Amino acid sequence: MKRPSLGAILLGLIPFAATCFSVPLWDRVYPMVLGIPFNFFWLIAWLLLGPLCMWGAYRLEEPRAGRRPQRRRS
Amino acid sequence: MSPSVVALAIISAIVAVGSLVGFFARFHHQMDLEQWTVGGRGFGLVLVWLLTAGEIYTTFTFLGASGWAYSRGAPVLYILGYMPLMYVVSFYILPPIWEAGRRHRLQTQADFFQVRYGSTLLAALVALVGVVCLIPYLQIQITGLGIIVEIASYGAIHRTLAMFIAFAIVAAFVFVSGVRGVAWASIVKDALLLFAAVFVGFAVPHLYFGGIGPMFAALARERPAHLVMPGATKDLGHAWYISSVMLTSLGCYMWPQFFAAGYTAKSGRILRRNAVLMPLYGLTMPLMFIVGYCAVLVLPGLSNGDLSLLTLVRKSFPAWFLGMVGGAGALTAMVAAAIQLLTGAMLYAKNLFRPIFAPRMTEPQVETLARIMVLVLTLGAVLSSVYSSLSLVSLLLVGYAGVAQLFPGVVLGLFSRRVTTAGVFAGLAAGLALAAFLMLRGQDPYRGLNAGFIALCLNIAVTGVVSLLTPVRAAGFDEAAPSLAASQSSNGASVT
Repeated sequence: MKRPSLGAILLGLIPFAATCFSVPLWDRVYPMVLGIPFNFFWLIAWLLLGPLCMWGAYRLEEPRAGRRPQRRRS
Repeated sequence: MSPSVVALAIISAIVAVGSLVGFFARFHHQMDLEQWTVGGRGFGLVLVWLLTAGEIYTTFTFLGASGWAYSRGAPVLYILGYMPLMYVVSFYILPPIWEAGRRHRLQTQADFFQVRYGSTLLAALVALVGVVCLIPYLQIQITGLGIIVEIASYGAIHRTLAMFIAFAIVAAFVFVSGVRGVAWASIVKDALLLFAAVFVGFAVPHLYFGGIGPMFAALARERPAHLVMPGATKDLGHAWYISSVMLTSLGCYMWPQFFAAGYTAKSGRILRRNAVLMPLYGLTMPLMFIVGYCAVLVLPGLSNGDLSLLTLVRKSFPAWFLGMVGGAGALTAMVAAAIQLLTGAMLYAKNLFRPIFAPRMTEPQVETLARIMVLVLTLGAVLSSVYSSLSLVSLLLVGYAGVAQLFPGVVLGLFSRRVTTAGVFAGLAAGLALAAFLMLRGQDPYRGLNAGFIALCLNIAVTGVVSLLTPVRAAGFDEAAPSLAASQSSNGASVT
């Protein structure tokens, strides 16, 4: 199978870096944002920011995937 | 009428409506094996969305997440961490899995291994892993249904009896609907669950504290340690968070039912778009955590955290509303259990029993066996629910430690030409053995790390090393390969 492009992979790594590996940096109660503890707020925010990154990846991958149908039929 | 009668009547009505929707949805379609399991590969964005959402927002989210927020505190945030990341992973792997499925007419996850690695034995092992790991997942749904009926009846119906009722409902639902019916029943369940989650999530903190902000202020004042990891636990700290989020986000689409949901799509593009949008659907999930956090202050001392959401609803609202929430939860559990049963039964009949014990079985016979397996698996899950005391979240983590071991075989199978059958076999065996060893000895987490994740690391290392030491046999999906039927009739000879 065709591998995804480097750009799309890098975009996918952003949410991983922000919500997984960096946990010691944001796992705290204060400052509370909108009355919500900071760690909780951070993860909710990335429910919105993650799709933004992946939308970028979608824009990169979709033209590449679209070129394939002719070859598929064989 | 007593409150328990009102609540149970509403739950039954919701369950009946959901089942009817599933029942009627199947009518326009001839129900052969391909329709029953992969919906004829004609699902668009909406149905794929419903099918994956039906699986991902389950009883686990509904009762389990609030339960862990109550009993463990901040470690529950791992759910919010992995949920969007698993869609990130699906963005890269699901479209090529769909592509392989379409090209080789794959129906199950084990079919994928069969064609890619040309080994019936490996495919059978994959099917076995899938079926065994589905049992704790099914157990979550059955236990959840049991909890709902027990609380809604105000304790009049004992949980064990309730779980046997749940068993009958779920098995009947699977028999009448098939995968298309399940997807449509998801619509009813999603609408109800969204309404229940949003309403309860905002109303409960408002009722007791005057809002979500004041609730967290009170919690930060009285139980500050509950709000950061490791919360109320000793060993669920940051290392556990990272290893669990990695294990679950990489492993999620290794669940045979999510994997096979990829086959139901009309195109790879639909799967990619779905991967981008799905996390937005998760925006209601934090509300479940909030309910669990509320219960810490409002209902201290519950013996079982998984009861916290429904007990709080029962304490705060009239019986008809408890019935609505319970009905939404019951339908959720049924939809999820139905998909898991369909998948598990097919895996067993098609990839484990037929190739190993009865190679001459015909397709209709496979279908009959699959239907019998639906009953066997449900009964197995009911019995283990009766005897188990694990929390809903812990059950899911046990299942993940198993299915995630399929990750190297799938991803390397898609993108690497160097990976070999022997390598995948050795890696899978090593990973499963280590995961089972650590879990059975009660060493999860092991030195602060998720045991399944440690096993996955060993698995990847072994797969890599053994693959490099053995010669490449199968050339992968890119070459023109014979269809699945051809490769199985020659008893899984090498696919080139």
